[in-house]
Amino acid sequence: MTPEDWLESARADARHRGLPDLRPALEGLARAAGVMRAADWNDDASGASESAPAAPAPAG
Amino acid sequence: MTGPVELPSIVDLAGSIRAGETTSEAATERCLAVIRNRDASINAFIAVLGETALDAARAADRELRSGRDRGLLHGVPISIKDILDMSGLPTTAASHVRREHVAARDATVVARLREAGAVLVGKTNLHEFALGTTNEESAYGPVHHPLDATRSPGGSSGGSAASVLAGMAYASIGTDTGGSIRIPCAACGLVGLKPRFRDVPTQGVVPLSASLDHVGPLCATVADAAAIFRTIADAPAIDGPPVTGSARGLRLGVPRRYFFDLLDDEVARAFEATCARLTDAGVLLDEVAIPHASEIAAIYLHVALTEAAAFHARTLESRPDDYTPTIRVRLEAGRYVLAEDYLRALRGRDVLRSEVSAALDGRDGLLLPSLAVPATPLGAATVRVGTVDEPVRNVTLRLTQLFNITGHPAITVPCGATGSGLPIGAQLVGSATASLLQVAAALEAPIRGSRSVTLPRS
Repeated sequence: MTPEDWLESARADARHRGLPDLRPALEGLARAAGVMRAADWNDDASGASESAPAAPAPAG
Repeated sequence: MTGPVELPSIVDLAGSIRAGETTSEAATERCLAVIRNRDASINAFIAVLGETALDAARAADRELRSGRDRGLLHGVPISIKDILDMSGLPTTAASHVRREHVAARDATVVARLREAGAVLVGKTNLHEFALGTTNEESAYGPVHHPLDATRSPGGSSGGSAASVLAGMAYASIGTDTGGSIRIPCAACGLVGLKPRFRDVPTQGVVPLSASLDHVGPLCATVADAAAIFRTIADAPAIDGPPVTGSARGLRLGVPRRYFFDLLDDEVARAFEATCARLTDAGVLLDEVAIPHASEIAAIYLHVALTEAAAFHARTLESRPDDYTPTIRVRLEAGRYVLAEDYLRALRGRDVLRSEVSAALDGRDGLLLPSLAVPATPLGAATVRVGTVDEPVRNVTLRLTQLFNITGHPAITVPCGATGSGLPIGAQLVGSATASLLQVAAALEAPIRGSRSVTLPRS
């Protein structure tokens, strides 16, 4: 599901639930999801992109 | 009329009590008098524990006279953000949702403060459920900045910061999920510590986002922050020698790209002047990069809203009208996040954690401003930064939320003021809380320039 499809579906559900004021917050989430999905650290099942290593919590 | 006033510190009060110059009862009565005189206009407190606090102060004085000394916090008046449980009292989280709640026991942090002899003067106002940075959405009304009643003291621990700045308590305990200790401390000219994740227990604290929540002190000095941290932290976190040391030869990385892209002009000037003072003191500054910084806000939003929505799902269904409308909307939005996007955010968190750790490698800390703008006007949805209008929430979280995502400890120290006297803060970030406190203590004088803030005189 693309962020655009997700946004359309979420907005429709919010309207159905009587929560039209959710629209700006949902639009913000859709933009944020788009930013994350475009990041170069995402996994790629085809192996086309190399994964960034996970880091442990800060040590002390 | 205004004039410079030095905020009293816990260390100073502890010395005065032991020298017989004052008592815990007198210090507590002074705090309660300020609350009586000023809190109708500031609104820092949801509950004031007048007689209970005075009884605790008298007991502290009796113990000290009898030779039992519990340490630096013994007899010190401290306020508690009303999101931590205190046995027998409501924990409102500034929400009507919790109006019937009464805590069965103390939060671990509160119990540790009591055991250390602290005098708890009251429970402070906050942004409802800590889900905001201005305290404007509170079932108990907004908190007003003690220096300018038309402005917010920052949040979500705004009542805590206002209580310390106004002299209603010597320190306060707050929570920080995206900056909620450091933002109000920067806006109020205080020291605020967000310890490393899990150094301080969150048991008995109403969660906002369990993997981002931190508990820590808001206070006058780095030494005060260290004294409180050593009292409330779990034992393994209290490592390192006492807070001493020299600035000369310390190495700090300054992450400019992204973090300096949206910065008020006066904040930028104060920060550059701070860098100059640090360089003069022998600190070595160099620029570092957080390569994926542009994804910070997106990652934060997905983690924070999803975790908050999970905690609130039941009451969003059963009593939605008990939330203020804006808070309800934010929480409801979190219920729509796809599982794959939440997991993607956790993946991004690992990347950012690795990048912050890499930036710290070979350095004693990172240095950046704490808050991109001075205290914001109450009622403002946006704030002008340079030539653009930005949502208040986005701007205020911008410089702090990364270290909630990564768990690194961070502390804000006052570094100057605007032309109209509003405080500005500088933020230090480290790997371990105890060593960060040592670095902050060594750098406190050059960061501040001076310890005074401007307070209104009554």
